Amino acid sequence: MSKEARFRRGITTAVAAAAALTLVTGCSSGAGSDDSTSGGDVTIELAQWWEPELPDGALRTLMDTFESENPGIKVKLLSGPYASTKEQLFAGAAAGTMSDVVGLDGAWVSDFAKQGALADLSTLMKDANYDDSELASTIEVDGKTQMIPVVNFVYPLFTNDDLLAKAGITAPPSTRTEFETAAKAVTALGDNTSGWVLPLSSEAPNGIQNDVMSWVWSSGGTMLKDGKPDVTNDDVTSAVEYIKGLNDDGVIAPGSATMKEQDKVEEFTNGRVGMMIDSLSHIDLIRTSNPDLKFSISAIPAEDGFSGERGIPYASWGIGVSASSKHPAESWKLVQFLMSEKTNSELSTLANAFPGNTKSVPDFSSSDPLFKEAFDIYSEGKPANEFVGLPVAEQLMRLFDEQLQAILQGDESVDDGLKKAQDAWVGEF
Amino acid sequence: MAPLTERDGRGAATPHRKASAVASTNTVVRPVSTKRSTPGWATTARRLTPYAFLSPTVIVMLVLMLIPVIMVIGYSFMDNVITNKFPVFVGIDNYVEVLSDPVFRTATGNTLFFTLVSVAAHLLLGLGFAMLLNSPLVGNVTKALFRVVYILPWLFTVAIIAVLWRLMLNPNGVINYILISLGLTDKGIEWLSSPDTALLAVTFINIWAGYSFYMVTLLAGLQGVPADLYEAARVDGASAFQRFWNVTLPQLKPIIISMSVLDIIWTSQQFALIWMTTGGGPVNVTEMLSTYTYKLAFSRYEFSVASASAVLILLLTMVLAFFYVRHQKARD
Repeated sequence: MSKEARFRRGITTAVAAAAALTLVTGCSSGAGSDDSTSGGDVTIELAQWWEPELPDGALRTLMDTFESENPGIKVKLLSGPYASTKEQLFAGAAAGTMSDVVGLDGAWVSDFAKQGALADLSTLMKDANYDDSELASTIEVDGKTQMIPVVNFVYPLFTNDDLLAKAGITAPPSTRTEFETAAKAVTALGDNTSGWVLPLSSEAPNGIQNDVMSWVWSSGGTMLKDGKPDVTNDDVTSAVEYIKGLNDDGVIAPGSATMKEQDKVEEFTNGRVGMMIDSLSHIDLIRTSNPDLKFSISAIPAEDGFSGERGIPYASWGIGVSASSKHPAESWKLVQFLMSEKTNSELSTLANAFPGNTKSVPDFSSSDPLFKEAFDIYSEGKPANEFVGLPVAEQLMRLFDEQLQAILQGDESVDDGLKKAQDAWVGEF
Repeated sequence: MAPLTERDGRGAATPHRKASAVASTNTVVRPVSTKRSTPGWATTARRLTPYAFLSPTVIVMLVLMLIPVIMVIGYSFMDNVITNKFPVFVGIDNYVEVLSDPVFRTATGNTLFFTLVSVAAHLLLGLGFAMLLNSPLVGNVTKALFRVVYILPWLFTVAIIAVLWRLMLNPNGVINYILISLGLTDKGIEWLSSPDTALLAVTFINIWAGYSFYMVTLLAGLQGVPADLYEAARVDGASAFQRFWNVTLPQLKPIIISMSVLDIIWTSQQFALIWMTTGGGPVNVTEMLSTYTYKLAFSRYEFSVASASAVLILLLTMVLAFFYVRHQKARD
C-alpha cells in the first residue's frame, strides 16, 4: 500500500470514528442544556396543557405581565396537549427534571406526591407570608398541600330544548324521577333518538367520574369513607341501580361501552340524544358545530325529596411546584400571581371557567349567556370530585367501568359488581 | 494486474492468487514484500476500518435497542421502578403476578385469536386479489382501477382507519343503516360495544387494513413466476387448480412463509388500532397483550409488572423471530 493510500485509509477511519463519537455525544447531550440563570435573570419553566386551549397568545400575555411585575424572573412556557403533558411530567418526575411550575390534574396529584415530585405549597406560602384565605380550595396529600385549583370547569346537565318540548317535557328535570320520565319520553320519539348518553370507554374512563358518580354527588352522596373506597354504600348502590334501570328501559344511547367524551358531545350536538352531563367548556364547540341547536343547562338531578346542597362535578386546571425546582421562591411568585384576584378573574374569563380565588369574578359580558347561568348553579351548589387526590385515579375509574359494563349487560348483579369494584379499589389503595 | 487490484480491494489474498501473481511479473511480488514491512499502525488501521464504519450503526443499536431491552429486563425483577426512587429486587414476583392474572390469560387468548385469524385472512385475501390482478382475463384499465382500490387501505394511517371504522360501525353509522335498509336487522348493532361482536369487529378492521401489503408483495411474486412452468403444466394436462397447487404455490412459498412470520410478529404487537377503537373493552373482550401492558404502565404506573409483561411478549416474539431468521438463512 502506498503512503497516500495508507493516509487515505487512516483519514477515513478517523472520520468514521469521529462520526460515531458525534452520534454518541449527540445522543447524550441536549437535556438540561438550558441554564436557568442567565445574566442575573432567573428563568422558570411552566409546563401545562392550558396554552393550546386558551385563545392564541393569551397565556403568554399573562406571563409578560408577570415578568414586568417581577423584574429578574422570566417564564418559559412548555405547552402541549393534556396527554403529552401528563407523560412529560411523569418522565420529568422520574428523572428529577420536572419543570419548576407544573399544571396539574387532580387525578395525578396523589401519584406525583407518592414520588415526592411536588413541593409542599404550605411551606412556600409560609415562607412568602401568603394569606391563603382567598383560595377556594387546596388539594392535600398526607397533610401536605400539593395542588391549588387555578380554575374549575363544571359539568352540569345539558338538555336539548327542542327534543324535550317535542316529547312534551316543558322544563329540564331536577329529580331522578323527572329525568327518567323525560328520558323515556325522548326515546319514545323514535328515529334513533335516545333520552341520555353515557360514555363508558375503557380507553378514557372519565365517564365514571363525570357521568356516573355525578349522580352520587348531586344528591350529597359519597363514594369514600374516611378517604378510603366505599362504593358498596347506599349512595353509590342507589345511583348504579338507577342507571341500570335507565339502561333496562332502553333510554341510553347505543354504543355506550366504547363511547368517549367526544362521542357523547357529538351525539348531543347532532340532536340524537335529549340529555347529557358535560363540561361547560364544550358550549362553544356545540354552538359552532350546530348553530341551530337550542339547549339549556341545569343542575344534575338529585334523588327525589333531596333538599341539601347539590354537588356538581368539576375538573380543574391545578398548579403545583416541583420539589426539584432550584427556584422555589420565584416559582411560588408565579403561582401567587395566577391565584391573585385580578389574574384569576382574567384567566377564568379566558378559559370559560370558574375562578379558584373566591374573590375573583369572571367577566361574562362577552361570553355565552349560559356561562352566567352555570355560574349561578356553581355558586348555589358545591364543587364535588372525589377522584381528586386519589391514587391511580384513572385506573380506579377503569376498574369501576369494567364492573358497571358487566352490570349493565346483565352479567352480574349490582351488589356483586359493586363488591368486585370495592375489592379492586381497595387493592389499588 | 487484476488479481492485485482484487486483493487490495478485499484486503486479503489467497495463497493461490499470491502464487500466480509471483509467477506472472515482478511488480506483482512487490506488494507482498511491502506487506511484510508494513508498520503496525497501518495494519491496525486497516483492520479497524470496517469496524469504524460499522460503529455508528452498532452504537445506535446499542443505545436505542440493547440497553433499553436490558433495562426493561432489569426493571422486571424490581418491586417498582420510576415511581419508586429506591427499588428493591423481588426476583420473579412480577412474573408470577402477571402469569396468575386472569386478564393476562384473557389478553393472551384474544391476541392469539386476533393474530391467527388476521394473518390467515390477510394471506387468503392478498393471494386472491393478487391472482385477480395478475390474471390475463382482466383488462389493463380494470386492473389499474382495482389496484388503486385494493391498495387504498394500506395507505391510511392507523388513526384514520380507527376513526373511519368507528364511524361506520357506530350504531347510527352507515353499516347499520345499510343492514336496516335491507331488512337484515331491525335496530343498529353495537359492533364495537357489544361483547359478542367486538373482537370480531376489531379483527375485521385489522384484516381490512393489512391485506394490501400481502397483495402487493404476492403480486410481485406472481409476476416473477416463469410462464414456461405454466406452459409445461398445461402440456402435461394439469387443470387450473393443479397449476395453482403445483406451480403457483410452490413458487410463492418462500414469500408466503416470510410474510406470514413477519405478519404474525406485527399483528401480535398491534396496539394503536385496538386502543383507538375499543380500548380493550367492553369488559376485556378485546384486551390484547399490548393494551394490557400499556394499562399496567401508564394507568396503574406499575412499571415493573408492565416490564415483566413486556419481557414475556418479547420472549414469545423471539420464538417467532427465530423461525423467521432460520427460514431466511435456509433461503440464503
